[in-house]
Amino acid sequence: MKKETTNNLAELRTDKNHGMERRDFFKILGGGIFIFFRPWNALDLTGQQARQSKSLPKDYNAFLRIAEDGTVTCFTGKIEMGQGIITSLPQMMADELNVPLEKVKMVMGDTDLCPYDQGTWGSLSTRVFGPYMRVAAAEARGVLLGIASAQLGVPVAQLDVKDGMITDTKNPKSSVSYAQLTKGKRIEKFLDVKPPVEDYTKFNYVGKSYNHSDAIIKVTGEAKYTGDIKLPGMVFARILRRPSHGAKLKSVDYSAAEKIAGTKVVRDGDLIAVINENHDRADEAIAKIKAEYSFDEIPVNDKTIFEWMLKADSSVNVVRSNGDIESGRQVSDKVFDSEFHDPYLAHTAIETHTALARLEGDKMTVWASTQSPFGLRDGIVRELGFPVEKVRVIVPFVGGGFGGKGEAQQGIEAAKLAKLTGKPVMLVWTRNEEFFLDTFHPAGVVKIKSGIDKSGLIKFWDYNLYYSGTRGSDTLYDVPNSKTTHYSQKSGGAPIHPFGTGAWRAPNNNTNTFAREVQIDIMATAAGIDPLEFRLKNLKDEKLIACLKAVADKFGYKPGKSPGGRGIGIALGTDAGSWVAHMAEVKVDKNTGKVQVIRIACAQDMGLCVNPEGAIIQMEGCIMMGLGYTLTEEVLFEGGNIQNRGFDSYTIPRFSWLPKIDTVILERKDKPPQGGGEPAIIAIGAVIANAIFDATGARLFRLPMTPARVLEALKKV
Amino acid sequence: MEETIKFQLNGKKTEATIDPTQTLLWVLRNHFGLTGTKFGCGMGFCGACTVLIDNEPVRSCQLSVGDVAGKNVVTIEGLATNGKLHPVQKAFVGHDALQCGFCTPGMIMNATGLLLKNPLPTTQEINDGMENNLCRCAAHLRIVEAVQTASKEMKGGK
Repeated sequence: MKKETTNNLAELRTDKNHGMERRDFFKILGGGIFIFFRPWNALDLTGQQARQSKSLPKDYNAFLRIAEDGTVTCFTGKIEMGQGIITSLPQMMADELNVPLEKVKMVMGDTDLCPYDQGTWGSLSTRVFGPYMRVAAAEARGVLLGIASAQLGVPVAQLDVKDGMITDTKNPKSSVSYAQLTKGKRIEKFLDVKPPVEDYTKFNYVGKSYNHSDAIIKVTGEAKYTGDIKLPGMVFARILRRPSHGAKLKSVDYSAAEKIAGTKVVRDGDLIAVINENHDRADEAIAKIKAEYSFDEIPVNDKTIFEWMLKADSSVNVVRSNGDIESGRQVSDKVFDSEFHDPYLAHTAIETHTALARLEGDKMTVWASTQSPFGLRDGIVRELGFPVEKVRVIVPFVGGGFGGKGEAQQGIEAAKLAKLTGKPVMLVWTRNEEFFLDTFHPAGVVKIKSGIDKSGLIKFWDYNLYYSGTRGSDTLYDVPNSKTTHYSQKSGGAPIHPFGTGAWRAPNNNTNTFAREVQIDIMATAAGIDPLEFRLKNLKDEKLIACLKAVADKFGYKPGKSPGGRGIGIALGTDAGSWVAHMAEVKVDKNTGKVQVIRIACAQDMGLCVNPEGAIIQMEGCIMMGLGYTLTEEVLFEGGNIQNRGFDSYTIPRFSWLPKIDTVILERKDKPPQGGGEPAIIAIGAVIANAIFDATGARLFRLPMTPARVLEALKKV
Repeated sequence: MEETIKFQLNGKKTEATIDPTQTLLWVLRNHFGLTGTKFGCGMGFCGACTVLIDNEPVRSCQLSVGDVAGKNVVTIEGLATNGKLHPVQKAFVGHDALQCGFCTPGMIMNATGLLLKNPLPTTQEINDGMENNLCRCAAHLRIVEAVQTASKEMKGGK
């Protein structure tokens, strides 16, 4: 499957097939069986918002096609950015259609060919898109069985399918292949059904491990990302960026830039750019533009932001509540009051935001590194005024997203420049732009008041969340009196965040799980109970209990009170429909404050696991990536000016950090598949904080836990 | 000012009539169409643009094409021979040592350079040698395992 899959992708994305009109769809793809869904049907499952549905095409979109050679093509608006659905979705498809895995091909993220999709995030591809894709597959299988029944002259019930071959069970010599059945036919089926609950236990491919099907072309350099596409007459663009988010352009002089050979300066209102066929020359030219700005900065920086949030006039919302906090407090023996701080984070995918736009006649085609091809298409419709059918977005391989490529500003910018210049425009954001224009993980404050009785049972939980999101803020523990209050931006009020914020892998769950699990640890210590036992004692959720027991087993956990000088921490949480529990061991250098993580174990219940190998890779990635927000990552800023805009000043995890990593996926073949790209990252901050406490007695309430902050906390021990 | 720069590129004698101050990375990508070498930061901090120059892993975003005159440049496209993957490439596939794959060419070139200098590195030496190549998907564990596997296979003098 490996090569074929991606060759097929490349074929559909090459220059010659650009700007395909829908009527050309069949011309290019030829005959076979096509299964279509209405776009708005597909929307039910993505929680589509009304505003986005305006620009939806009114026709049906193909989910899959069985070609005349028997190959199955799955069309999905989802994109591949390293999470591995290019491997796992074909597994599901192959099983449903009873074809060999290598016969399944993927066409992804092309708005002219694929069904509408909100975007690739929230670990939704497998758990939500997957079932719909499989209904299409089941329908196609039914169509094929119908034709075979007529052709072989036996009832459908008497037929059996294996590896794309339909056989009469009473006469095994009588058989016909999918390829033979589809030859010379063009059958279109339009569906309006919802997927039934499937029996997940009967599959051949699902549940087995497969290496990344795109690995070979990714190790040879053949795999095409947006920046790798070259069109005749293509120019590189650089855009003039203001120095801070509060800056406004007062005057600009670009005469020096125009003197750089081959350079053209383009301006449309505030959009000022240089274009040049030569990449280096575009870089030189942009640096020659002299601009003056006025500054209107929000008076806040990375140190004062938390106080700023607590003082702000916020919109206050009780998200959930049970029992009565005051009665809980009265029956508590010990009461705890903590405040946790979490900074802004950058996504820093190694591929920066990139787009290539070409206007041909009245059709705009944009290739872009985005998690939301249809979102970008709608953005171009909105901002450039193109009719929806005149915009095509194609997403080649994406070099990492993590939530940072949900917006596709670079695609809109490239489209505007292509329209202004009449040339194909390649826009590759610099690393500096990437750090400046990012939609950062939002900083936030969590204040928790809680209490336990003499036996160590939690009696109340008063959880207050400021300016972070609520994902992962569930109490999880069995607490009779609890309340979760969310303080957020007041509509029409002055902005609290000095720049754009957005989703960052398991959005905000890292913040909430950090606060909750540290608070739990604080209570366990005060109760004089082993932190594992304390959690088990206060949990009723069977899935979390099972994860905790599995991770303790894998880790070889021996009970002990914390701090015990061992450097062992525990934390748990839920995300994207999955459950996780972690244990970690750290060493803390008390002279320097440096934390070295020795090992981390994680147990995950994600329902049916489609591709265990792929899921383990995601868990390992989550764990290692999570060490970044835990130990070093933090956006430094003064007003709207981002101060650390490079990998020298914003430190992400490196090889020397690598701990021993152990993963366990709980066997849940009878349960629907859940998300796997994010859950294992949520508890890393907490598990390391709790391990540092166990090692030293120092409690940290602020991420990241830099050496300076660890030393500061050690002083208080 | 254009000059004719001659060098060895992926095993073949090559020349380009080009301004010698042009960044090697962009010349490889735009002039030679070798887009496997990636732009990650343009500042030498991430390693996505790593190529081998006379068997040394270097960051092509920090060099001019004039710097490689007379030298032997190998990019990710030049690593496989006769359609057969290099042992480091093979090990990356075997260990699934990648996710989005964007840092992968740089990782592989850097690891290849490391093994050319030190055919049997310890885990510590692998970590040290790979330290300044960044992977945001965090495939580090499998990359280290892949380098170990490649080291074993290459020890045979391949």
